Amino acid sequence: MFGFGIFNGLGLTLKHLSESYWDDLRWWGRRYFHPEGIGHRSSKDTRGIFTIQYPEEKLPMPEAFRVIPFLVYAEGEEGVRKLRCTACGICAKVCPPQCIWITRSADPSTGKPIPAPSEFFIDTDLCMNCGLCAEYCPFDAIKMDREYELASRTRVGNIYNLEKLLRPEAYHAAIHPLAFERERSARAAKNARRTDGG
Amino acid sequence: MNLGERFPQTVIPDQRPGYSGWIVAPEALPDVARMLRDEENYRYLSSITGVDYLPEGKFEVVYHFFQPSGGPALVVKTRIARDDPALPSLTPVFPGAEFQEREIWDLFGIRFIGHPDPRRILLWEGFSGHPLRKDWREPLYEEDAKPFASRWPAGNAGGKSDDGYVRPPEGTSPDGWESQDNRVLYAALESAPQARSGALQTERLTLNLGPQHPSTHGVFRIAALLDGENVVDLKPVMGYLHRCHEKIGERNTFLANIPFTDRLDYLTSLSNNFGYVLAVEKLMGIQPPERANYLRVILAELTRIVSHLWSIGFLLNDLGAFFTPALYAIEERELVLDIFEAVTGSRMMCNFFRFGGLARDVPDDILERIRGLIEERLPRKVDELDSYLTENEILKERCIGVGMLSAEQAVAYSAAGPVLRASGVPYDVRKAEPYSVYDRLDWEVACRDGGDVYDRYRIRLDEIRQSIRIVRQALHDLPGGEILASKPQYQVRVPPGEAYGRVEGPKGELGFYVVSNGAPNPWRYHVRAPSFINLTSMAEMCRGQKVADVVAVLGSIDIILGETDR
Repeated sequence: MFGFGIFNGLGLTLKHLSESYWDDLRWWGRRYFHPEGIGHRSSKDTRGIFTIQYPEEKLPMPEAFRVIPFLVYAEGEEGVRKLRCTACGICAKVCPPQCIWITRSADPSTGKPIPAPSEFFIDTDLCMNCGLCAEYCPFDAIKMDREYELASRTRVGNIYNLEKLLRPEAYHAAIHPLAFERERSARAAKNARRTDGG
Repeated sequence: MNLGERFPQTVIPDQRPGYSGWIVAPEALPDVARMLRDEENYRYLSSITGVDYLPEGKFEVVYHFFQPSGGPALVVKTRIARDDPALPSLTPVFPGAEFQEREIWDLFGIRFIGHPDPRRILLWEGFSGHPLRKDWREPLYEEDAKPFASRWPAGNAGGKSDDGYVRPPEGTSPDGWESQDNRVLYAALESAPQARSGALQTERLTLNLGPQHPSTHGVFRIAALLDGENVVDLKPVMGYLHRCHEKIGERNTFLANIPFTDRLDYLTSLSNNFGYVLAVEKLMGIQPPERANYLRVILAELTRIVSHLWSIGFLLNDLGAFFTPALYAIEERELVLDIFEAVTGSRMMCNFFRFGGLARDVPDDILERIRGLIEERLPRKVDELDSYLTENEILKERCIGVGMLSAEQAVAYSAAGPVLRASGVPYDVRKAEPYSVYDRLDWEVACRDGGDVYDRYRIRLDEIRQSIRIVRQALHDLPGGEILASKPQYQVRVPPGEAYGRVEGPKGELGFYVVSNGAPNPWRYHVRAPSFINLTSMAEMCRGQKVADVVAVLGSIDIILGETDR
């Protein structure tokens, strides 16, 4: 009937309002600022308004989430850091905005190149967060980090050098559990094949 | 059809390896076009592309004609010398060619004789040169192709002087320079014939809507000639977001272009990836495995749902329902974006499709989440949107009969997507020239025949429902197996040739025309942007309407500036 559109609309907003508060009651105090409440409000069963109250609440990021890359190192004895990166340069070649530049180290006595980077810069102002570097690294040496609160006061500080890019394997395992497990089993399978065949 | 037999003197087949179609002599072009339109039902001129073959000293302009009943393209090309290039314009025959020919003038410098409004479209009128020519270098030019040899190469095309400032090109100076563009624009606008409106002598007003405007869906400007509140004529002005994506595309390797395609229609990044990947897969002659095909369809249809929810929300916003329907629609979208984040790593810049398949597999728990949304939540929410919006009196008053576009006009103006189908032309690329697994799924082309803003709104609801139907079937039929045809490679070998890969994006037919000469980088990379070409019909839709209707019509065309300007 003509003129009833307004009641239709108001009824809908009233429904959303009551659903939000009814959900608040059902979840009594645990709807906000608790992981189960946040999980419920990101699922298909959420009712009413499900805004995540950032920055007091933060959504847990999925494993695939990508922001800025980082380089993985394994911790050896006496705190010696063994980088996985061999300075092959594939990540620099595949990077769409060309924001990575690498210098390979050379043996100081013979001058021959050794598979490790002496300099590794990423200009994070140019980084598109595409993840192609992590996807095509043959040594699983560069991975995508999840830190997105990266506001800074200067531009120069946004060019990350090798030191700033390093993270331990434990960090990589913590934020990418499934991928870490897959890499580990793939490396174990390859080692088993090599010892069997050789 | 054998065009070479119909026009023996002026048309020859294109026999270069990897190419197809017909090469037409420039003077015969309007006759060939008229014959195709009137006798062979190739009434839909979808895409016009310019290509610079610098080593041969020629420009080539490529036309893709389609029949509204469906089927593959008829590709017609014409070649002209690079000095003082000029071609007869096809705008008198196909009005939809207007903006595309202006773009070719702007970016290549090819003049179109007989064009009603030969001005630059994407760049500002004082711009020096034509950027897509192979011998044009921008001021901060590094190298011709990526990967660059070093981050600070020695060469640059003279733009950067020793003190680090970017100087204007040789022979130009910003001092004393006066902008002519507005004068030319307003003169073109005001030449519309004055209608006698009774005994009162009124003056017409030229009004600019935008580029800073909350309802123009981005930085977009409309110069409108008004007689009181009625629109006499209007001209869309675009280019405020032009990044010369096509030149960047020529410098990137084929793989590195995929993240850049995300940024075209930035709300529907997976659809853009899809179109580009289809074009390059045609060139490479590879097919993705079955599982990858089904997953591509699922992601593309979820993207369509995401885009249409945004579009409906913002149409209502433009009509004045300040944000309530918009945010209700966007809330549902958030849950789908969370799925994109879990699958691809990013909500918006998904970068997920690769040549021959996908970047990664989709794990079962995420497929469960998609199933839950598709089976339970989204159908209910779309019905809710329908229930309180479709019969709303204000929506009906403002949208029914506004912005009419008939079926013949829609085809002549090369409209695509919901704009075309709401005018009664049931043309959907997924049925006209099926790609991926769309021909195996049971779904219908949404079509309405009113051609007004109201039907363009309703058709988007229909399309969301069809997309839900497609995703439900694809999830059910999803096979196991590989998601990439071969090992992941960052250097793809693309044989020389040309390919036009198109998908039915949410905004319309999104086509990618890629020319390769065997190098790691494309020779030419052109995006057939539906938002850009749908705007050609906007003047026709708004003539005689009120100013407030212009905003509603723009909201119903649903443009996005990343695609319009590229």
